[in-house]
Amino acid sequence: MNYLLLIYANEAELMGLGETALQKVTGEYMDFTKSIVQAGNFKAGDRLKPVSSASTVRIRNGKTAITDGPFAETREQLGGYYLIEAKDLDEATAIAARIPGARFGSIEVRPVWPPMT
Amino acid sequence: MSEGAAAQAIEEIFRREAGRVLATLIRLLGDFDLAEEAQQDAFAAALEQWPSHGKPDNPRAWLISTGRNKAIDRIRRDILFRTKISGEIGAAESSVDTTLDAADEEVFGDDRLRLIFTCCHPAFNQEAQIALTLREVCGLSTQAVARAFLTSEETMAQRLVRAKKKIRDAGIPYETPEPAVLQQRIEGVLAVVYGVFTEGYAATVGTQLIDVELCEEAIRLGRLLDTLLPDHAGVMGLLALMLLHDARRASRTSDSGDVVLLENQDRSQWNRDEISEGLLLVDRSLSIRGHVSSYAVQAAISALHVRAEDSSTTDWPQIVGLYEVLLRLQPTPVIELNHAVAVSMVDGPARALDLIDSLAARGRVTQYHLLHAARGRLLQKLGRVNEAREAYRAALSTTMLEPERRFLVARIAALQGICGAPPVSG
Repeated sequence: MNYLLLIYANEAELMGLGETALQKVTGEYMDFTKSIVQAGNFKAGDRLKPVSSASTVRIRNGKTAITDGPFAETREQLGGYYLIEAKDLDEATAIAARIPGARFGSIEVRPVWPPMT
Repeated sequence: MSEGAAAQAIEEIFRREAGRVLATLIRLLGDFDLAEEAQQDAFAAALEQWPSHGKPDNPRAWLISTGRNKAIDRIRRDILFRTKISGEIGAAESSVDTTLDAADEEVFGDDRLRLIFTCCHPAFNQEAQIALTLREVCGLSTQAVARAFLTSEETMAQRLVRAKKKIRDAGIPYETPEPAVLQQRIEGVLAVVYGVFTEGYAATVGTQLIDVELCEEAIRLGRLLDTLLPDHAGVMGLLALMLLHDARRASRTSDSGDVVLLENQDRSQWNRDEISEGLLLVDRSLSIRGHVSSYAVQAAISALHVRAEDSSTTDWPQIVGLYEVLLRLQPTPVIELNHAVAVSMVDGPARALDLIDSLAARGRVTQYHLLHAARGRLLQKLGRVNEAREAYRAALSTTMLEPERRFLVARIAALQGICGAPPVSG
């Protein structure tokens, strides 16, 4: 089954880490990505630009409204994702636990519907 | 054998085998709902055939193979209706034949352990874990599970459907976790079993103080775990704790269903078999090096209570010491409160009152009726009658359990007698 691992973290805290710490985390992410590519779990994955660059789109009463920022103000923001293939939820959560961001943010593990046939 | 007795004997077998049959059918069929339907079909077939053809030599194997065949029939019918994926039927047929003859305890044991770990998977909230365990592992009816949660059968049925849907949708494995993860997961399983027990032993709402069925189910689960995972400190500690509590069940309430405090309990009513089994398990659990289970520590406290002749000969200093160990393992307000009560037996009520007031000052527990009730008792011992009455009233306003309400009302009334105050209004 495919799982989407959504990486949430507090952006402000992350930015406050300082250059060396950020570089270290980036290195850990590269190692982690390499490991799940080699293990055959990796399908896709990206880092997102900060929420300050986000826009939200809704259509209400036939009118399109575009607003600044993410849909909801929360303490943690979506900062990136991996799409992985795993045997079951236990394998998926074990992989999620190895994402560097799990140490300071949280990872939402969402099973993905198979494509409609 | 009369017809009624024959049906009863069959019901007995169902009750005993339900958990094993279902656990194995889930593994064979790979689907909870299909397995449940198959189990029901098998039971229906047994009720129809056994009285006339006689009970098979191995009822369990009969029920499983009949259930499996009924399920395959169902899948076939479904496929005829909606020309679906062809792999399903092949998979069900091929995975079945190989293992069925191996009807040994080990295979069934493994299946039941799989079922327990699946029902207690951390991807469910604890309420769902408990409901699933009671329904799937213990084989309680949806109606009985609903009663345990004081909710309607319809609501509980929906919750169970949602939980089982999550097993499928999220890919929750039907597996016993590998050893590295098992230690972590078993804690969740133990919490579920203890949750079932405490809800039975000290119900939080309603008219009855003790729900015997839930207590018995929890102990049954504890024994099952002890068989499936022998020599596990946590499992043995929890089973010991439940047995030592349960041994005092009969004396905890009066004939009229009222609360009887430990110091006033009739110790001749205590269940000696459960006590000796519990004491043995405490010792075995605590002798396992490198892992102190908080359940075993609580059981050790219980053991000191049941070993004593009465309240005055109880080894309170050691109980205080054990609560201090427990507070390090599990610093919760409830344990802090119990520690304070034990301290009152060693250092007197004033010292204990300080501890409780400091606990209350940190908040979080002001809605906990036992805190107010304990304060009331300590204040009463100190002769501070008016404050004691206030504390009992605060306890009264926070408990939802009828026998405890009666207990508190009686306490307040006794205090009125002391100082001749007018009766409480409202």
